[in-house]
Amino acid sequence: MPDVSPWREPVPPDGTMGEPRARGRFGEYGGRYAPESLVEACREVDEAFREAWADPGFRGALARLLAVHAGRPTPLTPARRLSEALGVQLYLKREDLTHTGSHKINNVLGQALLAIRMGRRRLIAETGAGQHGVATATAAALLGLEATVFMGERDIERQALNVFRMRMLGAEVVPVSTGSRTLKDATSEAMRHWVGATGDSHYCVGSVVGPDPYPWMVREFQRVIGDEARAQCAAELRTGVPDHVVACVGGGSNAAGTFAGFADTPARLVGVEAEGGAGAARGRLGVLHGCRSLFLQDDDGQIAQPHSIAAGLDYPGVGPEHAHLRDLGRARYVTVTDDEAVGAAVRLARTEGIVPALESAHALAWVISAAGGGDLPAGSTVLMTLSGRGDKDVSTLKELL
Amino acid sequence: MTNPVLAAGAVERHLRARRDTGRGLLMPYVTGGITPGWTDYLRAFAAAGADVIEVGLPFSDPTLDGVTIQQASDTALARGASTRRILADLSGLPDLGVPLVVSTYYNLVLHDGPEAFCAALRRAGVGGLIVPDLPVHEAGELTDVAAAAGIEVALLASPATPQPRLAEIACRSRGFVYAVSLMGTTGERADLAASAAELTERLRHVTDRPVLLGFGISTPAQAREARRHADGVVVGAAVMRRVLDGAGPDDLRAFLVTLRQALDQECDRPR
Repeated sequence: MPDVSPWREPVPPDGTMGEPRARGRFGEYGGRYAPESLVEACREVDEAFREAWADPGFRGALARLLAVHAGRPTPLTPARRLSEALGVQLYLKREDLTHTGSHKINNVLGQALLAIRMGRRRLIAETGAGQHGVATATAAALLGLEATVFMGERDIERQALNVFRMRMLGAEVVPVSTGSRTLKDATSEAMRHWVGATGDSHYCVGSVVGPDPYPWMVREFQRVIGDEARAQCAAELRTGVPDHVVACVGGGSNAAGTFAGFADTPARLVGVEAEGGAGAARGRLGVLHGCRSLFLQDDDGQIAQPHSIAAGLDYPGVGPEHAHLRDLGRARYVTVTDDEAVGAAVRLARTEGIVPALESAHALAWVISAAGGGDLPAGSTVLMTLSGRGDKDVSTLKELL
Repeated sequence: MTNPVLAAGAVERHLRARRDTGRGLLMPYVTGGITPGWTDYLRAFAAAGADVIEVGLPFSDPTLDGVTIQQASDTALARGASTRRILADLSGLPDLGVPLVVSTYYNLVLHDGPEAFCAALRRAGVGGLIVPDLPVHEAGELTDVAAAAGIEVALLASPATPQPRLAEIACRSRGFVYAVSLMGTTGERADLAASAAELTERLRHVTDRPVLLGFGISTPAQAREARRHADGVVVGAAVMRRVLDGAGPDDLRAFLVTLRQALDQECDRPR
C-alpha cells in the first residue's frame, strides 16, 4: 500500500474546517457513537460549548488565560541554518514555548473553563506522552479543579518525568494495564471512568477524537495556533501565505488547529504520521472511542496495536476531520519512521538550538526528506508547527544516541 | 399503528410469550470462543432454564465493559476467536430451543458492513443483536438492514436517558429493551443500583416490550430484586468470572439454576 494519501489537483482554497454538519459529521466521519449512558453528557458538553464559544466573556477569559498563564502568542521562528541546508524557507510555530511545553495547554484551558461553567469540579483525561496529562493537571491546579489522568503502563515507564510532574501538580495518575498499555487503552479506561462520573466530572479529551462535539471543540480550542501563525506569516513572509503547512498527527489536534488557520488559503496541508500509527494514511473505516473515522485494524476488525517511539503518536486512528480532509484531498497524510524522527530531532538541536518533542520531530523529518523533491520543491516556504519540546524524550533519546 | 405483538420478530414473540405466563426472563451471557468447547456453555444455559442467550463477539477495545468482560475478550482473542469462527461454531449447533442474541461493538459490525454482518448472523441462526456503542440516533444505518435480514436489534436505555429519548429507544428497539441498571460499566456489584427501579419504572410508561435489566446483576438475591422491576435479567460478568476461574458448563448450569429459581419465586411486582 502507498504510505501517502493523494493530493487532489489543484488543491482548492475552500471553506472547509467550519462547523461540522448535522450530527457532528465531517463528510461521512465523526458522529456520537457513545454508550447510551454518555449520550446525555455529550449533549450537555455540546450545548455548553456552543453557548460559551458564542459568549465574548468566555472568549475573553480564555484569551487572557492563554496570554498570562500559557504565554501566548507563541513566536514564529525562522529556521535559518536548516533552511539554508534544505533549500526551502522553513518557519517554526513554537508551541514548544507554551507553558507546560506543548500545544495541549490551549485545549485544556478552554475545556477547564468550560467545565467550571458547567459546574463540574473534576477533570478526567487520558494521556499518551503525558503532555495532555500535564496540561490537564496544570489547568486543574490553576483553576481549583481536581484531575484524574489515565495513562498506559508502557507510557508511564517511558515518560516518567511527566508522571512526576502530574503528581507534583496534584493530579491522580491511574495506570492502565490492559491491551497495548498505551494511549488507546488509556482512552478506553477514561471513557469507562466517565460513565460512572458524569455528574461531577468533565472528560477533557486531549485530541480531535471522541464523540461529537469533541473533535470540533478541540479543533476550535487549538485554532489559536493556526490563527496566530496566519497573521505572523502575513506579516513576515513575502508571499503572505506559506506554500506548505506541516504538522505531526497522532489523533491530530495540533495539525487540526494549525490547518484551521490556513484551510481557506492555497497552502498545501501536510499531516505527518508515525509509520506505526498511520490512521489517516493506512487506516480503514471504523468506530472507536465514540467516533467514526479511520483506524488501523487487522483482517478480523480488531483494532491494531500501534507502535511509535513518540508516545503521543501511538494511536491507531485519526480524528474524523482529518479523515474527511484526506478524502477531500485538501490535506495529505504521509508517514515517517522512528529513525527518521530521531534523526530530525538531532538535526534541529544542532542547527537551530531547539530540542523538539519526538512527535514534532516527525513533522520535521518529512520536511527534511521531501525538501527539494516534487512534493516540496526547492524555494518553497514551509510553516511547520513545532508542537512540543523534547525534555520529556531525553531519556528515550539517551538510550538511542 | 400495527399490532406490536404481530409485528414483533421471533425473539420478541418468544420473550413476550414466556413473560406473559408470569415467568421472569433470564438472559445469560458468554464470550464466544472463550474456551475450545465454549458452545457447551450454551447447552448448559439452555438446560438451566435460560429464556434467551447472549453471545459476545470479543472486541479489542470494549469501552463499556469492566475488567471481567475485558479479560474474557482478551482471552478469547488470544485464542484466535473472531466473528467468523464464532458464527461458524454457532452454525454447527443443534436447535437449543432458546433464541440466540449476539452482542458486540460497532466496529465489528462495520468491518464487513451492516448488511453482510446481519446476513452472517442470520445464517448462523442468530435472531438478535446488541451493540452497546451504537446509540439510537446513530442506529438507522444498522436497524433497517437488520430488519430486512430478520435480525432484531435491541437498544440500550440508561438511567441518564431523558424521557422523550427513552420513548424513542423503546419504540425503535426490537426483541426487548436492554435497561442498563446503573451509570457504569459491566461487572459484578454488591447491590442492585437504586437507578434500576427508576429506569424500569420510566420504561414501563412508554412500552410493553419486554424489558431486561443488566449490568451488575450477579446473585440470586439481586435477580429476585431486579424481577420486581423488570421482565427479566441479563447476567454476564458473574458468568464470565466463573468461566475465567475455570468453571465448566456443569458448574455454570448449577449457578444459573439458582438464578432461575430466584426468578421463579413468587414476588410482589409493582407492575
